[in-house]
Amino acid sequence: MPILTVAFALAFYAATAILVAGLAYKIAQYARTPALLKIPTTPAPLTRAGVAARIAREVVLFESLFKAAKWTWLFGWTFHAALLVVLVGHLRYFTEPVWAPAGLVQGIAPYAGLAMIAGLAGLWARRFLVDRVRYISAPSDHLMLALLVAIGGSGVAMRFAAPTDVVALKAFVLGLLYFDWQPIPSDAVLLLHLGLVVALMAVFPFSKLLHAPGLFFSPTRNQADDPRERRHVVARTP
Amino acid sequence: MAKAAFDTPRIPDFPEIPVVVEGAMGHSRPFAAAPEHQEALGFPGRLVEDWHDRAIARMGELLGRSRGLRVFLDSCVKCGACTDKCHYFLGTGDPKNMPVARQDLLRKVYRRHFTLAGKLFPKLVGAADLTEEVLEDWYRYFHQCSQCRRCSVFCPYGIDTAEVSMAGREILASVGLGQKYSNEIIGKVHKIGNNLGLPQPALADTLEGLGEDVEEETGVPVRFPLDEEGAEVLLVTPSADFFAEPHVDGLIGYAKVFHQAGIRWTLSTRASEAANFGLFIGSYENMRKVALRVREAALELGVKRLVFGECGHAWRVAYSFLDTLAGPFDFLDPRYPVPQHVVEVTHDLIRRGALTLDRSANDERRVTFHDSCNVARASRMGDVPGGQFTLPRDVLRAVCNHFFDMAPDTIGEGTFCCGGGGGLLTDDLVELRVKGALPRMQAFREVVERHRVTHIAAICAICKSQFAKVLPYYGFEMDQILSVHQLVGDAIVLGRND
Ligand code: HEM
Ligand code: SF4
Ligand code: SF4
Repeated sequence: MPILTVAFALAFYAATAILVAGLAYKIAQYARTPALLKIPTTPAPLTRAGVAARIAREVVLFESLFKAAKWTWLFGWTFHAALLVVLVGHLRYFTEPVWAPAGLVQGIAPYAGLAMIAGLAGLWARRFLVDRVRYISAPSDHLMLALLVAIGGSGVAMRFAAPTDVVALKAFVLGLLYFDWQPIPSDAVLLLHLGLVVALMAVFPFSKLLHAPGLFFSPTRNQADDPRERRHVVARTP
Repeated sequence: MAKAAFDTPRIPDFPEIPVVVEGAMGHSRPFAAAPEHQEALGFPGRLVEDWHDRAIARMGELLGRSRGLRVFLDSCVKCGACTDKCHYFLGTGDPKNMPVARQDLLRKVYRRHFTLAGKLFPKLVGAADLTEEVLEDWYRYFHQCSQCRRCSVFCPYGIDTAEVSMAGREILASVGLGQKYSNEIIGKVHKIGNNLGLPQPALADTLEGLGEDVEEETGVPVRFPLDEEGAEVLLVTPSADFFAEPHVDGLIGYAKVFHQAGIRWTLSTRASEAANFGLFIGSYENMRKVALRVREAALELGVKRLVFGECGHAWRVAYSFLDTLAGPFDFLDPRYPVPQHVVEVTHDLIRRGALTLDRSANDERRVTFHDSCNVARASRMGDVPGGQFTLPRDVLRAVCNHFFDMAPDTIGEGTFCCGGGGGLLTDDLVELRVKGALPRMQAFREVVERHRVTHIAAICAICKSQFAKVLPYYGFEMDQILSVHQLVGDAIVLGRND
């Protein structure tokens, strides 16, 4: 077995373990930490169903961000929607026969990749051009955007400029899933792409990417406005 | 009025986002609490020797008992959506008054001590040690947040900087660096029962005087009962209502409403304060202790209903937290929500036609309404979301003929703070208060110019005091701020109802 294949296979297992364990740890921590008081940002829904709808609007539409900043919303929403399409499209490498939705988006996925990069570029530009956003940006904020642009860029490059052997790639990926390792195609762009994805997975639970699970646990968004109807007490209220 | 040594901001023709001016408000620092005011609240008297370690330990404790704090400190993506939403940033241009930057003051220490990335690569992720300089920044900039929650409306994850500044203040107080204004006041409530330190005889005297004044003016014996056992309603109201303009006219308004509705009500010495500054300093324990006085008063007097007067943060604590802190209130009449806002009571009476109102009594006034932050974004009135916006306006429209709203993005859930909330209503912060009022003054000036509005009505003691103070800085008069229930009181036709 080529050393490259072994290295990448192990890296993917390690990154997956870090991602899953890290996220599970953070989610458990959020779930265990009590929310002593009712602090929904009002006006808030009065019922659990209303709260579910509020969170769904935040996840799907970025409702609050839309109220706040239209350009950021446009770039941010484009990036995330495109990322979703791209991720769904990638599932064609993980499923045999190909999962229907993955096949469905196959045609648009490369363009979603471009849209993703455009969205990221817009977000990144703000970090240089808007003095307020420049002030709050840490090196890690730039690095995260660089990482995603590089992942997107190398991916799009493989689609439009330097095609890789997708059949061999799929064999490698399925091999990982079924613990029956197959050689990884060894062209540089693909290795770069996969290497960066490994890095992204590994930093996820330690970075601001925690905003994804965080949103679901944010008390200002996930609490119902019912303190007069229902006494709010948690077991650990001091 | 002696003008302080700073320039009142010019109101631009259209709202503007200022350019960042680092350190613009670095000098703003409230007086620190004296040892006796610290100790009365269970905090060390002065900065403790091992403040660093104790601050980190306290942060750990707060993280362990506040899911919000945890999630907020982890989740921010530095998208910048909140950066132009804070009135203190808009009024000062100091970047540390951008909500995210204010959070970052705490977050950078959180990252350093509680996250792997911050422990390994502090520079990379903007983590930093808690130095003396950082502690100073905390003290200065957590006291430049009125905990108004405007930023949390616009943040894609609802990150609430108020929660962060409360945690920051709680950590500061617990290492010996408390704020004089808030802590002194909380001490008075613990000891005497109200923010002013007004003892029972003085209170009784004041209320008797009020009754006489009203009778003289109207010929009707409107009562202001104190500590009357067996009353139906216990009214808990901010102590400012007992004497200062324009607050006291609001109290007269409530009394007239109760009088006309034939509701037997009472005030209580023990709970002669609706305000609960325990909220401002982020101290669950102090907030609970103050809240328990309301429960004790209700039990002591055997009332059936609990009604709160016009006070923004008090209504937040009452509406959102009281049942948690001091409940259950199963000894009260279950047919009424616990607690009720006096605006809800008046609104309900108006709707049922139980009050005779003469709008023309307010005809010389052209009125706009200032949504107070804590009512707008941290509570509700009535039984539908947003009732906190419609009920006061319904009441105002029922009692005056000339009502005009300010620009839509400056009211409702996007309302701008008066600039004096969150424990900042003190003279040592007057520059901050004046500058923080800029966005509200801008919106007010617009309705003054467009609709010849003469008055702002509000339902918050802090807003009222703050406006009385800052209006003159912007070329208005201090008496252009009114209590909503002053307008109600002036429109009520006293006498027999049919
Ligand atoms: C529940 C799923 C998610 C939701 C609701 C969500 C929502 C958001 C929102 C509202 C923003 C702020 C606007 C913006 O800057 O784009 C944001 C920022 C960001 N998101 Fe997500 N996101 C989710 C998942 C993810 C995932 C899985 C990734 C990464 C692979 C990601 C990467 C980012 C990055 C890097 C930023 C910061 C962009 C910048 O630096 O300006 N998000 N997210
Ligand atoms: S809570 Fe209000 S005062 Fe504090 S940072 Fe947010 S907008 Fe500014
Ligand atoms: S809006 Fe929320 S996520 Fe964006 S910078 Fe402000 S606090 Fe952070």
